[in-house]
Amino acid sequence: MPENSVSADLQTESHKMVEWTDFERDTIQDIFSRIEYDVVGPAALARCLVVYPWTQRYFGGFGNLYNAAAIKGNPMVSKHGTTILHGLDRAVKNMDDIKNTYAELSVLHSEKLHVDPDNFKLLADCLTIVVAAQLGNEFTGEVQAAFQKFLAVVVSSLGRQYH
Amino acid sequence: MTTLTAKDKQTVKAFWAKVSGKSEDIGAAAVARMLVVYPQTKTYFSHWQDQSPNSPAARKHGKTVMMGVGDAVTKIDDLKEGLKELSELHAFILRVDPANFKILSHNILVVMAVMFPTDFTPDVHVSLDKFLAAVSLALAEKYR
Repeated sequence: MPENSVSADLQTESHKMVEWTDFERDTIQDIFSRIEYDVVGPAALARCLVVYPWTQRYFGGFGNLYNAAAIKGNPMVSKHGTTILHGLDRAVKNMDDIKNTYAELSVLHSEKLHVDPDNFKLLADCLTIVVAAQLGNEFTGEVQAAFQKFLAVVVSSLGRQYH
Repeated sequence: MTTLTAKDKQTVKAFWAKVSGKSEDIGAAAVARMLVVYPQTKTYFSHWQDQSPNSPAARKHGKTVMMGVGDAVTKIDDLKEGLKELSELHAFILRVDPANFKILSHNILVVMAVMFPTDFTPDVHVSLDKFLAAVSLALAEKYR
Protein backbone atom coordinates (compact mmCIF):
# COMPACT_ATOMS: atom_id res chain seq x y z
CA MET A 1 0.00 0.00 0.00
CA PRO A 2 1.67 3.28 -1.03
CA GLU A 3 2.51 5.05 2.14
CA ASN A 4 1.50 8.59 1.32
CA SER A 5 -1.72 8.09 -0.66
CA VAL A 6 -4.33 9.98 1.28
CA SER A 7 -7.25 10.81 -1.02
CA ALA A 8 -10.36 10.42 1.13
CA ASP A 9 -12.26 7.17 0.96
CA LEU A 10 -15.91 8.03 0.43
CA GLN A 11 -17.05 4.52 -0.37
CA THR A 12 -19.30 4.32 2.66
CA GLU A 13 -20.82 7.71 1.96
CA SER A 14 -21.67 7.11 -1.67
CA HIS A 15 -25.38 6.47 -1.09
CA LYS A 16 -25.87 10.03 0.13
CA MET A 17 -26.01 13.07 -2.13
CA VAL A 18 -22.75 14.95 -2.15
CA GLU A 19 -23.23 18.52 -1.05
CA TRP A 20 -21.12 21.18 -2.65
CA THR A 21 -20.64 24.69 -1.35
CA ASP A 22 -20.66 27.58 -3.83
CA PHE A 23 -16.95 27.97 -3.24
CA GLU A 24 -16.34 24.32 -4.10
CA ARG A 25 -18.44 24.48 -7.27
CA ASP A 26 -16.79 27.69 -8.43
CA THR A 27 -13.34 26.36 -7.62
CA ILE A 28 -13.80 23.17 -9.63
CA GLN A 29 -15.23 25.00 -12.63
CA ASP A 30 -12.42 27.53 -12.42
CA ILE A 31 -9.62 24.99 -12.21
CA PHE A 32 -10.90 22.94 -15.13
CA SER A 33 -11.47 26.01 -17.28
CA ARG A 34 -7.88 27.08 -16.71
CA ILE A 35 -5.85 23.92 -17.08
CA GLU A 36 -4.82 22.57 -20.46
CA TYR A 37 -6.20 19.04 -20.62
CA ASP A 38 -3.51 17.90 -23.04
CA VAL A 39 -0.77 19.13 -20.73
CA VAL A 40 -2.12 18.22 -17.30
CA GLY A 41 -3.52 14.84 -18.32
CA PRO A 42 -0.29 13.48 -19.81
CA ALA A 43 1.77 14.97 -16.95
CA ALA A 44 -0.42 13.39 -14.28
CA LEU A 45 -0.49 9.94 -15.89
CA ALA A 46 3.26 10.01 -16.56
CA ARG A 47 3.91 11.03 -12.94
CA CYS A 48 1.70 8.20 -11.70
CA LEU A 49 3.59 5.65 -13.80
CA VAL A 50 6.92 6.92 -12.39
CA VAL A 51 5.95 7.47 -8.76
CA TYR A 52 3.85 4.29 -8.48
CA PRO A 53 5.50 2.01 -11.02
CA TRP A 54 3.22 -0.93 -10.31
CA THR A 55 0.49 1.01 -12.10
CA GLN A 56 2.38 0.19 -15.29
CA ARG A 57 0.74 -3.23 -15.11
CA TYR A 58 -2.27 -1.79 -16.91
CA PHE A 59 -0.27 -0.42 -19.80
CA GLY A 60 1.55 -3.48 -21.13
CA GLY A 61 0.66 -2.51 -24.69
CA PHE A 62 2.06 1.01 -24.40
CA GLY A 63 5.63 0.19 -25.41
CA ASN A 64 8.63 1.79 -23.74
CA LEU A 65 7.98 2.71 -20.09
CA TYR A 66 11.53 2.01 -19.04
CA ASN A 67 12.32 5.26 -17.25
CA ALA A 68 10.86 8.68 -16.54
CA ALA A 69 12.11 10.17 -19.81
CA ALA A 70 10.65 7.31 -21.85
CA ILE A 71 7.32 7.56 -20.01
CA LYS A 72 7.17 11.32 -20.49
CA GLY A 73 7.90 11.01 -24.22
CA ASN A 74 5.59 8.06 -24.82
CA PRO A 75 2.79 9.15 -27.19
CA MET A 76 0.36 6.49 -25.95
CA VAL A 77 0.80 7.76 -22.39
CA SER A 78 0.13 11.31 -23.53
CA LYS A 79 -2.94 10.32 -25.47
CA HIS A 80 -4.34 8.33 -22.59
CA GLY A 81 -3.61 11.14 -20.13
CA THR A 82 -5.67 13.50 -22.26
CA THR A 83 -8.47 10.92 -22.48
CA ILE A 84 -8.55 10.70 -18.68
CA LEU A 85 -8.88 14.48 -18.28
CA HIS A 86 -11.73 14.57 -20.78
CA GLY A 87 -13.30 11.78 -18.74
CA LEU A 88 -13.03 13.97 -15.63
CA ASP A 89 -14.77 16.70 -17.54
CA ARG A 90 -17.97 14.68 -17.34
CA ALA A 91 -17.91 14.96 -13.58
CA VAL A 92 -17.10 18.67 -13.76
CA LYS A 93 -20.24 19.17 -15.84
CA ASN A 94 -22.40 16.91 -13.65
CA MET A 95 -21.26 17.64 -10.14
CA ASP A 96 -24.65 16.82 -8.66
CA ASP A 97 -24.74 13.32 -10.07
CA ILE A 98 -21.19 12.06 -10.41
CA LYS A 99 -22.23 8.64 -9.19
CA ASN A 100 -24.53 7.95 -12.14
CA THR A 101 -22.34 9.83 -14.59
CA TYR A 102 -19.60 7.27 -13.95
CA ALA A 103 -21.69 4.11 -13.63
CA GLU A 104 -20.69 2.86 -17.09
CA LEU A 105 -17.05 3.84 -16.70
CA SER A 106 -17.00 2.05 -13.37
CA VAL A 107 -18.25 -1.14 -14.98
CA LEU A 108 -15.64 -0.75 -17.74
CA HIS A 109 -12.76 -0.33 -15.28
CA SER A 110 -13.95 -3.29 -13.26
CA GLU A 111 -15.17 -5.82 -15.84
CA LYS A 112 -13.02 -5.08 -18.84
CA LEU A 113 -9.89 -3.30 -17.62
CA HIS A 114 -9.65 -5.05 -14.21
CA VAL A 115 -8.10 -2.01 -12.56
CA ASP A 116 -7.62 -2.24 -8.79
CA PRO A 117 -9.64 0.76 -7.56
CA ASP A 118 -6.85 1.71 -5.13
CA ASN A 119 -5.03 2.91 -8.22
CA PHE A 120 -7.59 5.65 -8.77
CA LYS A 121 -6.42 7.28 -5.54
CA LEU A 122 -2.83 7.18 -6.73
CA LEU A 123 -3.69 8.93 -9.99
CA ALA A 124 -5.80 11.45 -8.07
CA ASP A 125 -2.81 12.32 -5.85
CA CYS A 126 -0.61 12.80 -8.92
CA LEU A 127 -3.26 15.02 -10.51
CA THR A 128 -3.31 17.13 -7.34
CA ILE A 129 0.47 17.54 -7.51
CA VAL A 130 0.41 18.51 -11.21
CA VAL A 131 -2.42 21.03 -10.76
CA ALA A 132 -0.60 22.45 -7.72
CA ALA A 133 2.50 22.96 -9.87
CA GLN A 134 0.41 24.64 -12.57
CA LEU A 135 -1.52 27.00 -10.31
CA GLY A 136 1.27 27.80 -7.85
CA ASN A 137 0.20 30.05 -5.01
CA GLU A 138 -3.34 30.17 -6.35
CA PHE A 139 -3.61 26.55 -5.28
CA THR A 140 -4.38 27.61 -1.72
CA GLY A 141 -5.30 25.22 1.08
CA GLU A 142 -8.98 25.95 0.47
CA VAL A 143 -8.65 25.27 -3.26
CA GLN A 144 -6.71 22.07 -2.50
CA ALA A 145 -9.49 20.92 -0.15
CA ALA A 146 -12.16 21.49 -2.82
CA PHE A 147 -10.10 19.76 -5.51
CA GLN A 148 -9.31 16.75 -3.32
CA LYS A 149 -12.97 16.45 -2.31
CA PHE A 150 -13.99 16.48 -5.98
CA LEU A 151 -11.43 13.81 -6.85
CA ALA A 152 -12.50 11.71 -3.87
CA VAL A 153 -16.08 11.70 -5.16
CA VAL A 154 -14.86 10.74 -8.64
CA VAL A 155 -12.70 7.95 -7.22
CA SER A 156 -15.55 6.65 -5.11
CA SER A 157 -17.95 6.64 -8.08
CA LEU A 158 -15.47 4.83 -10.30
CA GLY A 159 -15.12 2.13 -7.68
CA ARG A 160 -18.81 1.80 -7.02
CA GLN A 161 -19.76 -0.87 -9.61
CA TYR A 162 -17.01 -3.29 -8.60
CA HIS A 163 -18.17 -6.55 -7.18
CA MET B 1 8.65 -0.73 3.75
CA THR B 2 10.91 -0.25 0.72
CA THR B 3 14.61 0.50 1.19
CA LEU B 4 15.97 3.71 -0.24
CA THR B 5 18.25 3.01 -3.16
CA ALA B 6 21.50 4.87 -3.68
CA LYS B 7 19.73 6.85 -6.40
CA ASP B 8 16.92 7.79 -3.99
CA LYS B 9 19.40 9.04 -1.38
CA GLN B 10 21.36 11.01 -3.96
CA THR B 11 18.17 12.55 -5.38
CA VAL B 12 16.83 13.49 -1.95
CA LYS B 13 20.13 15.06 -0.86
CA ALA B 14 20.47 17.04 -4.10
CA PHE B 15 16.88 18.28 -3.96
CA TRP B 16 17.17 19.13 -0.28
CA ALA B 17 20.32 21.13 -0.97
CA LYS B 18 18.31 23.20 -3.47
CA VAL B 19 15.27 23.81 -1.27
CA SER B 20 16.51 23.79 2.32
CA GLY B 21 17.04 27.56 2.24
CA LYS B 22 13.26 27.87 2.13
CA SER B 23 12.64 25.15 4.71
CA GLU B 24 10.77 27.44 7.12
CA ASP B 25 8.40 28.57 4.37
CA ILE B 26 7.94 24.99 3.20
CA GLY B 27 7.13 23.83 6.72
CA ALA B 28 4.74 26.69 7.41
CA ALA B 29 2.92 26.11 4.12
CA ALA B 30 2.68 22.35 4.65
CA VAL B 31 1.29 22.67 8.19
CA ALA B 32 -1.15 25.39 7.06
CA ARG B 33 -2.44 23.19 4.24
CA MET B 34 -2.76 20.22 6.57
CA LEU B 35 -4.89 22.19 9.03
CA VAL B 36 -7.18 23.40 6.23
CA VAL B 37 -7.45 20.29 4.05
CA TYR B 38 -7.51 17.76 6.92
CA PRO B 39 -9.25 19.63 9.74
CA GLN B 40 -9.18 16.56 11.98
CA THR B 41 -5.45 17.25 12.45
CA LYS B 42 -6.36 20.33 14.48
CA THR B 43 -7.21 17.98 17.34
CA TYR B 44 -3.49 17.76 18.10
CA PHE B 45 -3.24 21.49 18.58
CA SER B 46 -6.07 22.25 20.96
CA HIS B 47 -3.47 23.82 23.23
CA TRP B 48 -2.83 26.60 20.70
CA GLN B 49 -4.83 29.74 21.32
CA ASP B 50 -4.85 30.43 17.61
CA GLN B 51 -5.41 27.30 15.48
CA SER B 52 -5.67 29.21 12.24
CA PRO B 53 -3.39 28.00 9.45
CA ASN B 54 -1.15 31.08 9.38
CA SER B 55 -0.90 31.67 13.09
CA PRO B 56 2.54 32.17 14.66
CA ALA B 57 2.14 28.80 16.42
CA ALA B 58 1.42 27.01 13.14
CA ARG B 59 4.37 28.71 11.43
CA LYS B 60 6.67 27.79 14.30
CA HIS B 61 5.45 24.22 14.14
CA GLY B 62 6.16 24.08 10.41
CA LYS B 63 9.71 25.23 11.13
CA THR B 64 10.13 22.54 13.78
CA VAL B 65 8.85 19.81 11.48
CA MET B 66 11.14 20.81 8.60
CA MET B 67 14.14 20.96 10.92
CA GLY B 68 13.32 17.34 11.70
CA VAL B 69 13.08 16.51 7.99
CA GLY B 70 16.41 18.25 7.33
CA ASP B 71 17.97 16.31 10.17
CA ALA B 72 16.58 13.09 8.70
CA VAL B 73 18.32 13.88 5.39
CA THR B 74 21.66 13.85 7.21
CA LYS B 75 20.75 10.52 8.80
CA ILE B 76 19.41 9.00 5.62
CA ASP B 77 21.67 5.96 5.86
CA ASP B 78 20.13 4.82 9.14
CA LEU B 79 16.85 6.54 9.83
CA LYS B 80 15.70 4.05 12.45
CA GLU B 81 18.75 4.72 14.63
CA GLY B 82 19.06 8.38 13.72
CA LEU B 83 15.44 9.24 14.55
CA LYS B 84 15.25 7.09 17.69
CA GLU B 85 14.76 10.02 20.06
CA LEU B 86 12.20 11.71 17.84
CA SER B 87 10.36 8.41 17.68
CA GLU B 88 10.30 8.18 21.46
CA LEU B 89 8.98 11.73 21.62
CA HIS B 90 6.16 10.96 19.16
CA ALA B 91 5.38 7.59 20.76
CA PHE B 92 5.30 8.46 24.44
CA ILE B 93 4.65 12.17 24.65
CA LEU B 94 2.99 13.43 21.47
CA ARG B 95 1.19 10.19 20.60
CA VAL B 96 0.35 11.35 17.10
CA ASP B 97 -1.53 8.64 15.21
CA PRO B 98 0.91 7.53 12.48
CA ALA B 99 -1.81 7.97 9.83
CA ASN B 100 -1.12 11.67 10.21
CA PHE B 101 2.48 11.25 9.06
CA LYS B 102 1.06 10.29 5.66
CA ILE B 103 -1.14 13.35 5.67
CA LEU B 104 1.67 15.76 6.48
CA SER B 105 3.96 14.02 3.97
CA HIS B 106 1.35 14.49 1.25
CA ASN B 107 1.10 18.19 2.05
CA ILE B 108 4.89 18.56 2.00
CA LEU B 109 4.85 17.08 -1.51
CA VAL B 110 2.07 19.48 -2.60
CA VAL B 111 4.09 22.43 -1.28
CA MET B 112 7.16 21.22 -3.19
CA ALA B 113 5.04 21.18 -6.37
CA VAL B 114 3.76 24.69 -5.68
CA MET B 115 7.13 26.20 -4.77
CA PHE B 116 9.46 24.25 -7.07
CA PRO B 117 7.39 23.20 -10.08
CA THR B 118 10.33 22.66 -12.44
CA ASP B 119 12.62 20.94 -9.94
CA PHE B 120 9.94 18.67 -8.48
CA THR B 121 10.06 16.23 -11.40
CA PRO B 122 8.49 12.75 -11.24
CA ASP B 123 11.92 11.25 -10.42
CA VAL B 124 12.38 13.67 -7.51
CA HIS B 125 8.77 13.06 -6.44
CA VAL B 126 9.17 9.29 -6.20
CA SER B 127 12.43 9.51 -4.20
CA LEU B 128 11.07 12.16 -1.85
CA ASP B 129 7.83 10.20 -1.38
CA LYS B 130 9.84 7.10 -0.47
CA PHE B 131 12.06 9.13 1.85
CA LEU B 132 9.13 10.69 3.72
CA ALA B 133 7.55 7.25 4.03
CA ALA B 134 10.80 5.91 5.48
CA VAL B 135 10.97 8.84 7.91
CA SER B 136 7.35 8.17 8.93
CA LEU B 137 8.17 4.53 9.52
CA ALA B 138 11.20 5.43 11.64
CA LEU B 139 9.06 7.87 13.65
CA ALA B 140 6.52 5.13 14.34
CA GLU B 141 9.22 2.64 15.36
CA LYS B 142 8.86 3.10 19.13
CA TYR B 143 5.06 3.18 19.21
CA ARG B 144 4.52 -0.42 20.24
